[in-house]
Amino acid sequence: MIANSFEYSAPGSLKEALALLAEGAKPLAGGMSLIPMMKLRLANPEHLVDIGRLPELNYIREENGELHIGAGVTHFEVESSPLLLGKCPLIAETAAHIGDIQVRNRGTIGGSVAHADPSADYPAALHALDAKIVLVSGEGTRTLSTEEFFLDTFTTALEPGEIVSEVIVPVDAGLTGTSYQKFLQPASGFAIVGAAARVRQEGGKFTLVRVGMTGLSGNAYRARNVEDALVGKEVTDANIQAAAALVADGQDASSDLHATAEYRAHLAGAYTARALRAALARSA
Amino acid sequence: MSTTVTKLEKLVGKRIKRKEDPRLITGTATYVEDVKLPDMYHAAILRSPHGAANIKSIDISKAQALPGVVAVYTGADILGVGSVVCAADLPGLRRPVHHILAQDRTYFVGHAVAVVVAKDRYIAADGVDLIEVDWEPTQAVTDPEKALAAGAPAVHPEWPDNTAFVHNQEGGDMAQAFADAEVVVRQRIVSQRLIPNAMETRGVVADWKQADKSMTIWTSTQIPHLARSILAGQLGLDENRVRLIAPEVGGGFGSKLNVYPEEALMGFVSMKLHKPVKWIESRRENFQTTIHGRGHVDYLEIAAMRDGTILGLKLKLIQDLGSYLQLLTPAIPTLSVLMMPGLYKFRNISAQVIGVFTNAVPTDAYRGAGRPEATHGIERMVDMLAAELGMDPVEIRLKNFAGKDDFPFLTAAGLTYDSGDYAATLDKALEMIDYKGLRAQQAQARAEGRLMGIGISTYGELCGFGPSPATPAGGWESATVKVEPSGKVTVMTGCSPHGQGQETAFAQIAADELGVPMDDVIVLHGDTSIVQYGIGTFGSRNTAVGGAALHYALQDIRDKAKRFGAKMLGVEDGDVVLADGHCTASNGTSVTFQQIAAAAYRGIVIPTGSEPGLVATRFWEPSNFAYPYGAHIIVSEVDAETGQIEIKRYLAVDDIGNIINPLLVDGQLHGGVAQGLGQALWEHGIYDDNGQLVSGTFMDYAMPRARMMPWVESAHTVTPSPVNPLGAKGVGEAGTIGSTPAMVNSVVDALAPLGVRHIDMPMTAGKIWKLIQDSSIQEKKA
Ligand SMILES: Cc1cc2nc3c(=O)[nH]c(=O)nc-3n(C[C@H](O)[C@H](O)[C@H](O)COP(=O)(O)OP(=O)(O)OC[C@H]3O[C@@H](n4cnc5c(N)ncnc54)[C@H](O)[C@@H]3O)c2cc1C
Repeated sequence: MIANSFEYSAPGSLKEALALLAEGAKPLAGGMSLIPMMKLRLANPEHLVDIGRLPELNYIREENGELHIGAGVTHFEVESSPLLLGKCPLIAETAAHIGDIQVRNRGTIGGSVAHADPSADYPAALHALDAKIVLVSGEGTRTLSTEEFFLDTFTTALEPGEIVSEVIVPVDAGLTGTSYQKFLQPASGFAIVGAAARVRQEGGKFTLVRVGMTGLSGNAYRARNVEDALVGKEVTDANIQAAAALVADGQDASSDLHATAEYRAHLAGAYTARALRAALARSA
Repeated sequence: MSTTVTKLEKLVGKRIKRKEDPRLITGTATYVEDVKLPDMYHAAILRSPHGAANIKSIDISKAQALPGVVAVYTGADILGVGSVVCAADLPGLRRPVHHILAQDRTYFVGHAVAVVVAKDRYIAADGVDLIEVDWEPTQAVTDPEKALAAGAPAVHPEWPDNTAFVHNQEGGDMAQAFADAEVVVRQRIVSQRLIPNAMETRGVVADWKQADKSMTIWTSTQIPHLARSILAGQLGLDENRVRLIAPEVGGGFGSKLNVYPEEALMGFVSMKLHKPVKWIESRRENFQTTIHGRGHVDYLEIAAMRDGTILGLKLKLIQDLGSYLQLLTPAIPTLSVLMMPGLYKFRNISAQVIGVFTNAVPTDAYRGAGRPEATHGIERMVDMLAAELGMDPVEIRLKNFAGKDDFPFLTAAGLTYDSGDYAATLDKALEMIDYKGLRAQQAQARAEGRLMGIGISTYGELCGFGPSPATPAGGWESATVKVEPSGKVTVMTGCSPHGQGQETAFAQIAADELGVPMDDVIVLHGDTSIVQYGIGTFGSRNTAVGGAALHYALQDIRDKAKRFGAKMLGVEDGDVVLADGHCTASNGTSVTFQQIAAAAYRGIVIPTGSEPGLVATRFWEPSNFAYPYGAHIIVSEVDAETGQIEIKRYLAVDDIGNIINPLLVDGQLHGGVAQGLGQALWEHGIYDDNGQLVSGTFMDYAMPRARMMPWVESAHTVTPSPVNPLGAKGVGEAGTIGSTPAMVNSVVDALAPLGVRHIDMPMTAGKIWKLIQDSSIQEKKA
């Protein structure tokens, strides 16, 4: 449980950090995923660049009707930010479900999305929020949708030398109701399944539906089939139930010690329905 | 002489905060990891990654060449060190030789193969990675029933049937019971492998002083004196030149009631290098190499009459031993046999225990050690019998309990229970939880299609280990009370508390007996150079046995103090009383306890036939175990959609005899219940068929967290134990023993409308969901 030896740099600016990363160094943020892997010697980076302390990555601000969350913002800061609680409660609610308080005090949103753990909580919410992920490297900046960014298990669109600099979520308060519902794996506290839902209704019909699902398969995803099955439909529990039951369709459900594929797929449906109902109850 | 005597409040029975806590809370306690000696080396251990494998060759040259590495030792180097000791014995027991480093074969994942000693622990870890082993993996077997099957791979090639022992015990006439029975209920019940996971992992520092031929060993153990005797033997040293120190010990739960290969190994390394050396177990090593608990497959048959009268119980117990025998490995399942009748008066038992070798880390004592398995067996079978007969689980228990006038009660398994009133304790629990009202609520819930369950367990256990003839290494305990000239009191106990709180409880007892403030008393333990020989801490024995030894040592102090007091007051010995910190004569004159202590050391006034000083040591041998019991009731509801179990209420009414400190009792009970619910609901040490420990980290091994615990409502009845002068029984394991059957009975009750009769632990949500699915599918088919 002791890491191999490695070099450690804590640059004072993003520019310096990007220069070191361009030379092949690996970013370290909260260390909540990277350090355990290093202790097990599953990851053996030779050079770590600590980007978790960079002020340039540590902000939450509103700009042009959008909320910008710097990559270095911790889960606890997201969970307790008055701005986010007021204007994008889904992201704050989701952050509160992550791990325990120690993990939330260290782990960062940038680290979580870059790590792309198939059971991580944020990806479900980010899919449901139509969030954007901003990447930066020595070469410049690019902005991707969640579906462009999250490619596979522990795999993202990040290129070598590139880091996540911020996550952009919409101002989402008002008529929209949201909810994140998580079924905990009892040992790790990660999601066996986690469903994020975002809905709007008008005149008894669903006008907007977004569903993000994590934990079910190798990669979190946006459940477009559930969304399509509900938009324009009447707001009834039978419709929710029927649409939610589609969530696992076409997915290769994971199976492990804690949940068989069959059980996981069932839970995905049940938790999607729960998230949709809770979101609906919060929509005006 | 005269002083004012104020009546002192009794401390025994009071809810007093722990004296141990300030140092723990402020982080100033000294654990093995905190022991730092000049020029100390650090060790790391290479372990087998295979369930079973031959070692064709080991190349240590690269590790030796790493700068900072001091030495590397393998199996060939340690043959002069004695092998790991198993103190338990059974007729015909097969004992594999357990070397402190593997020889040409490894038997389980984690089996120690080589040790790297280096200037720091990081270099030692790097050195381990540089050792090259040419492995030849062989077929492993980890399921004890598969290990018994013909043609199974042999764990130890010399014993192809993988059987370490077969132990039979009969009581009464079970064949006749079956012949007479109107109903027989049978069930296979599994008590799964559990991983104790004390918060502090194991650790050892060994410091050999060649000039004195003396060894000091710091180790995280529950049994400092026994460990010293064993390690002196393994290392070929004089027992009086080995000092063993169990400093602060962060939990044990039986896992540190053992002497492990690493303890002698560090001694060996220190003797080789003439330097102190430290090894601290990683959490992963703790999962893989510290003993596991349980590992039972029980085949049970209960014979009864239609009116609910139980005639007898038959048990075939397959115990997964793992690959080796640790200190008490083969003895643990025999305790299950002793407790198989539970609290019931039936006269017939028949038991066969088959001890099976598997390619896994050994099982051994884990909180409850044999009694949780037994209790789970009988309490499940009684519920299943009740269901079969359409009786209420309360009614069947009341019908079969040993009566309050039956004590001392000789059980079908040959034990003599000391005291109790089982029906009264159950009645109290039923009343507190409003059993009738609950059954009405349940009928309502069922009508609404909700799955609500009520589970009862009336457990009994044997603790206060124990009479010496019933233990492998002595069952007595010792205490020294040393009064200083100032009247301050030092208690030295042979127990080795590591979380139980005897520094507090024993101070309460001493303060009451001597009439001194509790703060004037300190309690020392765990250092063989300070404390007289003792047995240690396990089997809920600290208060019932160690406390009794203390009681008698305090009586000696009182007697001597009274003689000094009488002499000082110029009256006859019989003319004084010692109370409230004063020795008072019938004429009203008195001296304080502190004045007596000063006089005893001043040496001028010495009573005839007495001597200076005020110190007493007593060794106390109990005549029997003590037998706590209780009734635990769990109200649960199962979410039919997900299979998740919610505990609505947890009530524990325990009879643990007299209570010294209710706060300590609550702590023991809560911790015990948490561990029991952990077993019932989540925890499972799982090896796959290749011998890999697949639940070998906290990412997969689901030990309960605070947020997963229900509120525990607790109450007591008190039937003092006649076995010891304190009337105490023991509470260290009660929560673990009483909780699992209550939990399973509750969930089985919840699912009874679906036709469910039994569920094996752990009752994970996925398992419950599947059960519900399967039974509803069956319902649809029917
Ligand atoms: C006990 C425990 C419980 C947990 N429970 C949960 C849970 O319930 N739900 C959940 O979602 N997560 C959970 N986590 C994971 C946690 O959320 C991590 O914080 C997160 O996954 C990683 O964030 P970090 O800042 O710690 O990143 P690090 O561990 O520092 O880095 C993770 C990876 O991302 C890379 N990286 C970091 N920052 C960036 C960046 N800005 N751009 C590009 N690459 C980057 C690193 O190089 C590394 O490969 C848990 C972790 C622990 C230890």
